Amino acid sequence: MAENAKLTKSEQIVVKFAGDSGDGMQLIGNQLTALAALDGNDVNSLPDYPSEIRAPSGTIAGVSGFQMCLGDHKIYTAGDHPDVLVAFNPAAVKHSSKDVKPGGMIITNSDSFTEKALEKVGYEGNPLEDGTLKGYDVKAIPMFTLVREALADMDMPNAAKDRCKNFFTMGVLCWLFNKEQQLVLDFIDEKFGAKAKKPLAQVAEANTRAFKAGLNYGETTIMFQERFDLGAAQIEKGLYRNITGNDASALAIAAAGYKSGLQPFIGSYPITPATDLLHYASEFKDLGLVTMQMEDEIAGICTAVGAACAGNLAFTTTSGPGLALKTEAAGMALILEVPLVIVNVQRGGPCTGLPTKTEQSDLLQAMFGRNGDSYMPIIAALSPADCFDATYQGAKIALKYRTPVIVLTDGYIGQGSCPWKVPTMDELEDLTPYVNFWKPEDHPGETYQPYKRDPETLARDWAIPGTKGVQHRIGTLEKDALTGAVSHDPMNHQIMTETRKAKVDNLAAVLPEAEINGAESGKVLVISWGGTFGAVKGAVDRLIEEGKSVSGINLRWVWPFPPNLGDLISRFDKILVPELNMGQLSVLLRAKFLVDVQSLSKVQGDPFREYEVIDKVNEMLGE
Amino acid sequence: MADTQLNKKDFASDAEVKWCPGCGDFAIMNAVRSGMVAAGKPRDEVAIVSGIGCSSRFPYYMETYGFHTIHGRAAAVASGVKVANPKLDVWVVSGDGDSTAIGGNHFIHAIRRNINLNYVMINNKIYGLTKGQYSPTSEMGQYSKTSPYGVIDYPMIPLVAAMGVGATFIARGLDSIMKLSTEICERGAKHHGFSMMEIYANCVIYNDGAHKALSSKEEGPNNRIIVRHGEKMIFGTEDQFCLVQDGFGIKKATVADVAEGDILVHDEKDADMATVLAGMRPDADLPLALGIIYADDSKKTYDDMVYEQIDCVKSKLGRTMDQLLQEGHTWNV
Ligand SMILES: Cc1ncc(C[n+]2csc(CCOP(=O)(O)OP(=O)(O)O)c2C)c(N)n1
Ligand code: SF4
Ligand SMILES: [Mg+2]
Repeated sequence: MAENAKLTKSEQIVVKFAGDSGDGMQLIGNQLTALAALDGNDVNSLPDYPSEIRAPSGTIAGVSGFQMCLGDHKIYTAGDHPDVLVAFNPAAVKHSSKDVKPGGMIITNSDSFTEKALEKVGYEGNPLEDGTLKGYDVKAIPMFTLVREALADMDMPNAAKDRCKNFFTMGVLCWLFNKEQQLVLDFIDEKFGAKAKKPLAQVAEANTRAFKAGLNYGETTIMFQERFDLGAAQIEKGLYRNITGNDASALAIAAAGYKSGLQPFIGSYPITPATDLLHYASEFKDLGLVTMQMEDEIAGICTAVGAACAGNLAFTTTSGPGLALKTEAAGMALILEVPLVIVNVQRGGPCTGLPTKTEQSDLLQAMFGRNGDSYMPIIAALSPADCFDATYQGAKIALKYRTPVIVLTDGYIGQGSCPWKVPTMDELEDLTPYVNFWKPEDHPGETYQPYKRDPETLARDWAIPGTKGVQHRIGTLEKDALTGAVSHDPMNHQIMTETRKAKVDNLAAVLPEAEINGAESGKVLVISWGGTFGAVKGAVDRLIEEGKSVSGINLRWVWPFPPNLGDLISRFDKILVPELNMGQLSVLLRAKFLVDVQSLSKVQGDPFREYEVIDKVNEMLGE
Repeated sequence: MADTQLNKKDFASDAEVKWCPGCGDFAIMNAVRSGMVAAGKPRDEVAIVSGIGCSSRFPYYMETYGFHTIHGRAAAVASGVKVANPKLDVWVVSGDGDSTAIGGNHFIHAIRRNINLNYVMINNKIYGLTKGQYSPTSEMGQYSKTSPYGVIDYPMIPLVAAMGVGATFIARGLDSIMKLSTEICERGAKHHGFSMMEIYANCVIYNDGAHKALSSKEEGPNNRIIVRHGEKMIFGTEDQFCLVQDGFGIKKATVADVAEGDILVHDEKDADMATVLAGMRPDADLPLALGIIYADDSKKTYDDMVYEQIDCVKSKLGRTMDQLLQEGHTWNV
């Protein structure tokens, strides 16, 4: 019986949920994330959206997934191969079972394995019975039957009862992973109970019963011989919240507005996978965040530039194809030298490409996607939670240097989630010192010159409309290096072009040095940027543990490079850059440092797994 | 100088004006300066935004804040300026190409939102800056560098398009009738909402005489009508023509032939009438309508609503930043 089920101490467990896109995979995934996080585990998760939006139900194309890694230590990725796959229908089994670890567990709803459903995905027999899943530990549970039984006396249509299978599953998992059941009960109460926004007493009751039925099922059947027990992770003390990268960016925008004393402003246009950022930010009206959903991306950035010109802290948010539309106006912010933050949540390209899938292939677009010599700083977020800091830092640099800044995140970290240590507003850096609008009263006897600069940052003197007595005109034609008046003088253009570039180059000197993970010299250096951080960090940690001569560096600012990067690179025999593109950072590193960077590229709409990096490094080490 | 009793000249910057001698834009600049005086704001609370084109050089010549932006996007940039700081009096000056070709999308949507901008579209029916290509307002058959055998694009009528998206103020002027352009700019400046002011201008270099049928002493008055709220719609060199109802439309009649009571009276608050008036064309035997064709202050502006909504959500939710950061499921480690 269940008492015999062995409780095994585990360091980490990888779980994947897969089912129809309408089946709430993200929801159940987020619930388990919250449950594990509340229990002290560290968690990293990766939603896997169906490749086709609105694909028919029960088909492979309509499978939606959610993978997560729970651990008793710092977790950097959603894990390589699932230890446990929860697949709610035959399509999900077909889609995801091949990823499961050999011997791993597959939990399914056997009630969904009808002849019709099997036929839809091309199964000739029933994979639960015909040996297709040999080598896995398959737990076929008649979920609909059990849930309907548990809710037998409730007056609800069967379809509504069947929907409670998710909480039934939570019950099973809660038992399997030895989690505190009260947390789930509280969650149901919070969501549907009397105190919820929209209390739904019947739904609360049904889900509670389904959940308990799941728990009991785990406890009383002989199906499970083993349970997992994860200890609490050693993570920094504080208040935590589970957050997606897009939500974190939205919060950073509001926070940066607040800490700069400027009205935050977003001009934008919806595009997957950046839309959630705009959704969430649109809720912050009470915090004075202005969001304008414009008629297209060009208008989005143009209103943002207008708002910046008028003294707001302006942002525009988008994804690849939208960034392509914004190029000319990004150049406008650059030549006007006004602060602007462009948050680009990358997706598979080119063109419409793979909207729901992740990629890092906008780096060169961010770098060079404008006419003329038009460099701008680029910062990349390395995790969902880090989107907060990256966006906040982006705003700071934009203000301080009066320049557009591109913040690169991607579908993986924008939509993925992880626990985030919630900062207090007091802890965040004060941004008011970087605002310093030019006002006549601060400069008695001086004439205002719009393009006079701070000698250190090269930020120009900036007076906004409404400032008494210093009305002036600026534009996108080349300007005189001091007065800002239109200038066609060739030498002036040379000076202005050099100055604009120097402004970005100079930033390198004040950036934090790149931190090295491992020894300061050796055989292989693996460089990550943005979303590849997790897989590289995990891989390098493991290789170091195995005693290999490998180190890792993560680039937070992708342009300009940190000041010590060239030196660090020169101390290694070989350099590896894994990227979700065809080697774009490699191009920049080769050009900047004349080094023979090896590129590990992957463009399958899916982030790197640690083993992929490990295999490549071992190959380079000749092992 | 006290910025309170300003006159037109105070709005002139000291930059050298670089339009061709005889260009229609000069007259319009004068009218816009009168409009700015009428708006009654000090010069440092006025911003003028333009796109790219000959006409878009405008900001450099105005002693206000000015932003010469990119081709076609002035409406979007100005929308940002106005929403960011609604206290500013924000003007846009844009060409026919800038507004209706590359910028058609932003132009239409800015009108639809009823953002409180004063929008002056200088229509010379040609691309001046790029040296003479036809534009979306060029006439069928018009010769230009890109239509050496005549234009085969049907022209658009920007004011009709504006009415189609719910404009709250439309007016049309002509560079050669200074007084009318001034009147339009003054009213437009005071209108609370998006003021769509189309002013026809002559490009002496690339489309000279394009508006001659409207401006000539002999024929002009027969081809145009200056509408005034509450006044009978009568026009012609001798005031011999008038407009009368024709089914759902309007037709031209001879004053002598109709009963006085049948002559239509202009009502600037009548949107249906305004749409018909805006679409009248001499080639359809109707005079081109000039003057303030439609003006209705009753619709709320987008910029007002932005801040009303913010205040409303503040009073309902009123979270602090810390509360927002700590929203949702949180736990302590
Ligand atoms: C993106 C872009 N495309 C094209 C141009 C070239 N261009 C500049 S102004 C212009 C047309 C100007 O015509 P209009 O708006 O009617 O202004 P006008 O010069 O007649 O006053 C064109 C095609 C440009 N500057 N930018
Ligand atoms: S080219 Fe035409 S529109 Fe341009 S300045 Fe000369 S006359 Fe005016
Ligand atoms: Mg023109």
